[in-house]
Amino acid sequence: MNLVVCVKRVPDTAESEVHIDASGKDIDKSRLSFGINECDNYAVEEAIQIKERLGGTVTVISLGPKENDEVIRMALAKGGDEAIRLEDEAFDGGDGFAVAKALAAAIKGLEFDIVFTGALADDDGYAVVPAALGELLGVPHATYVKKVEILEDGKRAKVGRELEGGLLEFLEIELPCVLGIQTGINEPRYASFKGIKQAAKKEIAIKSAADLGLDPSEVGESGSWAVLEKFTPPVVGEMAEILEGDPEETAAKLAAILKEKGLV
Amino acid sequence: MTVGLFFTEEHEMLRKSIREFAEKELAPHAEEWEEQGGFPDWVFTRMGELGYLGLHYPEEYGGGGGDYFCNIVLAEELARSGSGSVNMAVAVQVGMATPPILAFGTEEQKQKYLVPAIKGEKIACLGITEPNAGSDVASIQTYAEKVPGGWKVNGNKIFITNGARAHFMTLLARTEKTKGYKGMSVFLVDTDTPGFVVNRKLDKVGMRASDTAEIFFEDMFIPEDALLGEEGRGFYNIMWELQGERLIGAAAAIGGARLTLESVIEYTKERVQFGKPICKNQAIAHRIADLATKIEAAQSLVYICAWKFDHGEYPVKEISMAKLMAAQVAFEVADEALQFMGGYGYMMEYPVQRAWRDARLGRIGGGTDEIMREIIATTMGLYA
Ligand SMILES: Cc1cc2nc3c(=O)[nH]c(=O)nc-3n(C[C@H](O)[C@H](O)[C@H](O)COP(=O)(O)OP(=O)(O)OC[C@H]3O[C@@H](n4cnc5c(N)ncnc54)[C@H](O)[C@@H]3O)c2cc1C
Ligand SMILES: Cc1cc2nc3c(=O)[nH]c(=O)nc-3n(C[C@H](O)[C@H](O)[C@H](O)COP(=O)(O)OP(=O)(O)OC[C@H]3O[C@@H](n4cnc5c(N)ncnc54)[C@H](O)[C@@H]3O)c2cc1C
Repeated sequence: MNLVVCVKRVPDTAESEVHIDASGKDIDKSRLSFGINECDNYAVEEAIQIKERLGGTVTVISLGPKENDEVIRMALAKGGDEAIRLEDEAFDGGDGFAVAKALAAAIKGLEFDIVFTGALADDDGYAVVPAALGELLGVPHATYVKKVEILEDGKRAKVGRELEGGLLEFLEIELPCVLGIQTGINEPRYASFKGIKQAAKKEIAIKSAADLGLDPSEVGESGSWAVLEKFTPPVVGEMAEILEGDPEETAAKLAAILKEKGLV
Repeated sequence: MTVGLFFTEEHEMLRKSIREFAEKELAPHAEEWEEQGGFPDWVFTRMGELGYLGLHYPEEYGGGGGDYFCNIVLAEELARSGSGSVNMAVAVQVGMATPPILAFGTEEQKQKYLVPAIKGEKIACLGITEPNAGSDVASIQTYAEKVPGGWKVNGNKIFITNGARAHFMTLLARTEKTKGYKGMSVFLVDTDTPGFVVNRKLDKVGMRASDTAEIFFEDMFIPEDALLGEEGRGFYNIMWELQGERLIGAAAAIGGARLTLESVIEYTKERVQFGKPICKNQAIAHRIADLATKIEAAQSLVYICAWKFDHGEYPVKEISMAKLMAAQVAFEVADEALQFMGGYGYMMEYPVQRAWRDARLGRIGGGTDEIMREIIATTMGLYA
């Protein structure tokens, strides 16, 4: 099996305070730590487990600056074989669709049976890349995948998609395909020291838009369908009310509202 | 990232992996192991599989072939388990009981003890301290008498970490009925040898998830090839490796202090008294600033010593300073953290009390504060 896994480096916002930066289009990342997108970590593990069962190679791809090498190398340390990083100013400001175009261009040059991505990114949460990538590559795709079983002929896979309430929807999908992996599908491993040392020696191929045969206008902000305008904190409006005061006051107000609306 | 002066990208990847392992696999059990007074053997085997027990050992023995800083990273990040006990047990395994095997062992001894210790299949302990010989190692009395085919050992060791569960002990015993530094030798002893008796597991103030044993040797026969290194050179060989142990202990203490300070800072930001978070009182904020400064200073000293050690220098004075400072800073941080939490800090339901109890050992184990000062003063020539 030739497996490709796409990984994104994202800020860890789970346990930190997040502030919008001066541009209004991003958050202040200066005090955040970064790491692999959570779903992608499971995607890497899934690819490596399939390789370990059935043989083949795992190619890790990431779009972004040099800092992304950190997450690429960790995926290599866990069992990835090859790595490509897509770096070009032309990629800046791209939406999920533009990112998928760059990834698709890189993947088209490879032999692949399954392309893994995370189901969605922790930072922007668009969940666009796996579906867009499948369409651009002209192969079937499924997202929120929580179970993958390669069928005996090696040409199809049985895939379980997670629905509301943890229900799984099973489908048979032809290979090659793109699978957007959901957290919890497996137990991601820890990199062994041996793996880390090997990963440090591996080469990461860097590719620009031109290397991929892409015109700068096709990717990045100019190649996007959606352009980020600005971030705002929730506005106090008709649907939202922010209670002010000390805990006693706010609790009393909250209780009154719940009672009034008949919610308790 | 601290890549640069001392750490490479490899170290940082290792750091990340060990931290993740410690936070996900160990930290959730820290309290349970504390209550049970022990942690399961899988911690050793799992860490062995991941290569974390042999980071600095040569690849030919199953090690990682890394440098000394790998073990510093291990000690710092295992502190993230929140269990000083696990960190201490692992430090004994990788940094205290096994380095003499690599340094002085025969090929057979390396295969029999070092290889399985690196895999986490054999747990190691180090037997130096005796009831009448703590700080004064030269006064140990355990005696290995030369008999046909080997030695017959009689004596008694106390405060032996991993002692109740270990598969083998790196034992310091007297092989000549002399006194003082000469006439001691090191042995590798299987703990299932007849006459190796674990008398009792000791009940401690802190580090409760680490087992500490009192052990008796009753006419214990060990074969010729149990001797590790040269006969009569035991004291010097053990004292040599104590330097590495002290640095690892210092790194672990600093790792623990960092974790404790980070969590109490969160507490002081959230705890409101007199209408504002308590960290907004200069009385608190300045003390946090001092503690952070001391951690940074102690850590820098540890790194510089580790660098020298890794480059073949033997900076006994500076390592003693690093151990002294790290142990004191770690306890001070824990004590202040407990203070910043007021009455809650004094309650068993908050982990700070455990950090406080665990950190207290640092000033005693691996050489007391006073003994560190004694070494520093001596190497400064004050007693000459
Ligand atoms: C939890 C725990 C785990 C341990 N694990 C191990 C282990 O795995 N293997 C092992 O061999 N040992 C181990 N030890 C033993 C440890 O190394 C000793 O406890 C330590 O060296 C101190 O010895 P002691 O307890 O006999 O105290 P003592 O030597 O009796 O010291 C008592 C006090 O006198 C002071 N003192 C002694 N001499 C001087 C001097 N010349 N000048 C000034 N002050 C002095 C000391 O600093 C101390 O404050 C462990 C101890 C503990 C508590
Ligand atoms: C074992 C025990 C028995 C007790 N018994 C009783 C009892 O019988 N009856 C009773 O009523 N209470 C009792 N107490 C409560 C005790 O009096 C409080 O714990 C104590 O007053 C501290 O309050 P706190 O725990 O809420 O800490 P906090 O007030 O939250 O203080 C946390 C930290 O912030 C510091 N701090 C707070 N404000 C400032 C400031 N303005 N400037 C600088 N630093 C500040 C404090 O000094 C402390 O270090 C008991 C507590 C304990 C632990």
